[in-house]
Amino acid sequence: MLRLLSFLLFLVTWWIAALLIGDVKLPAPPAVLTVMLREAASGALFINLGATLARVALSFTLAMALGAAIGYLMGRVKLADRIGDPWLILLLNLPALVVIVLAYIWAGLTEVAAIAAIAVNKLPTAVVMLREGTRALDRSLDEMATVFAIPRGRAFRHVILPQLGPYIAAAARSGLSLVWKIVLVAEYLGRPNGVGFEIGVAFQLFDIPLLLAYSLTFAAVVLVIETVLVQPFELRTSRWRPRAA
Amino acid sequence: MQLEVEITGKHFESAAGERHHVLADIKFSLRAGEVGVFVGPSGCGKSTMLKILAGLDHDYQGKVSRPTAARLGMVFQEPRLLPWRSVEDNIRLAAPSIDEKRLSELFDVLELTEHRSHFPGELSLGLARRVALARAFAIEPDFLILDEPLASLDDALAAHLREQIATLVESRVVITLLVTHNLDDAVHLGDRLFLLSARPARILQEVPIPTPRTTRSAAEINHIKADLVQRRLAKI
Repeated sequence: MLRLLSFLLFLVTWWIAALLIGDVKLPAPPAVLTVMLREAASGALFINLGATLARVALSFTLAMALGAAIGYLMGRVKLADRIGDPWLILLLNLPALVVIVLAYIWAGLTEVAAIAAIAVNKLPTAVVMLREGTRALDRSLDEMATVFAIPRGRAFRHVILPQLGPYIAAAARSGLSLVWKIVLVAEYLGRPNGVGFEIGVAFQLFDIPLLLAYSLTFAAVVLVIETVLVQPFELRTSRWRPRAA
Repeated sequence: MQLEVEITGKHFESAAGERHHVLADIKFSLRAGEVGVFVGPSGCGKSTMLKILAGLDHDYQGKVSRPTAARLGMVFQEPRLLPWRSVEDNIRLAAPSIDEKRLSELFDVLELTEHRSHFPGELSLGLARRVALARAFAIEPDFLILDEPLASLDDALAAHLREQIATLVESRVVITLLVTHNLDDAVHLGDRLFLLSARPARILQEVPIPTPRTTRSAAEINHIKADLVQRRLAKI
């Protein structure tokens, strides 16, 4: 109910702002909705959204899988941490734009370059979070697993992984918000489709209803995915924690 | 089946680089069915010794011969339960092949039946310790280590849990090693008591208790306790 109220407040504010600023710079909600429906009817909206979501899914999965494995290794093995740390600092501080431009120069304006560039941008945050999670693992539970001769695979699944759960969820949440932002830049700079590409076209044509139609649809999809997937996952990983009174 | 222990030294280095001598001379053996109790002052190195016996620490001088293929069950000082698994799932993780009948019996003896689906965060310390005991017995151990399993419990609860431990120990032939600084626990549960010195720990005296656990009278227990206090004072 509160969410609906919040959405209505957003619409009213937007409408009033549109009336004050004028249609040329800020079109009112009906004008944007008309463009949305037109793009949806032609199928372009779904094709572009689909392309963007596919890139997000691929780069996010790649970055999370690699980041979790590297982070776990760095948290467990001191030598790996020492070797990997300078790389991590470099990647953490490298602007996303530099990575994307270099990827397009080295690998061409290809899908692989775009996905790799997005994944590389997200990778270091996943590594850092999982490294910290691994460092915080409870050694006394490791000892318990050793004493009771719990096989390594079972111990990893039932003793280690649940401890890393909150860190994986946090890495997923922050990583996803990062990927949502970077994917549009990558598409804007070097892909022939996707929400970022369409926003680029709208910018060049100064077509603000089109720009807002794609931006808002994208934002709505992000919101739905956050609500339907990310938040339940976070809740699931921490459901055993006693609730605060 | 026998446990043979001969630890001649154990050292560790502190973060400041200082070398500490923790264990000096620990030599004993325990047969199946026997309960050996180690009594010593806090911080003397009892837990370090248990880590060696449990195979968690291999960096020591000496030799420990555990019975081959012996199943080890351990109750740590803190219950060390997985907070994300229910009581029953914690036990099943350590003992995946336990059958429902045996599990129900254990829950029954330790009065845990109504808590089997609870999470450890919902349990009191006394209940969590009982779950840790249930887990150690669920694997049907040949060698059982109990590291101060009754510490920080009130007297009534400790006495109750002590009776439950006694029942479980009597229920199967197992080498049991109990570490405590509580003489009541030592005399109630032990067959042989080992008095440890302050750090570096060495065995000062071995005190056998000839009467079976189940037939010890209150007077006899008090007499042994008084004798132990005298022995400890004499060694200081």
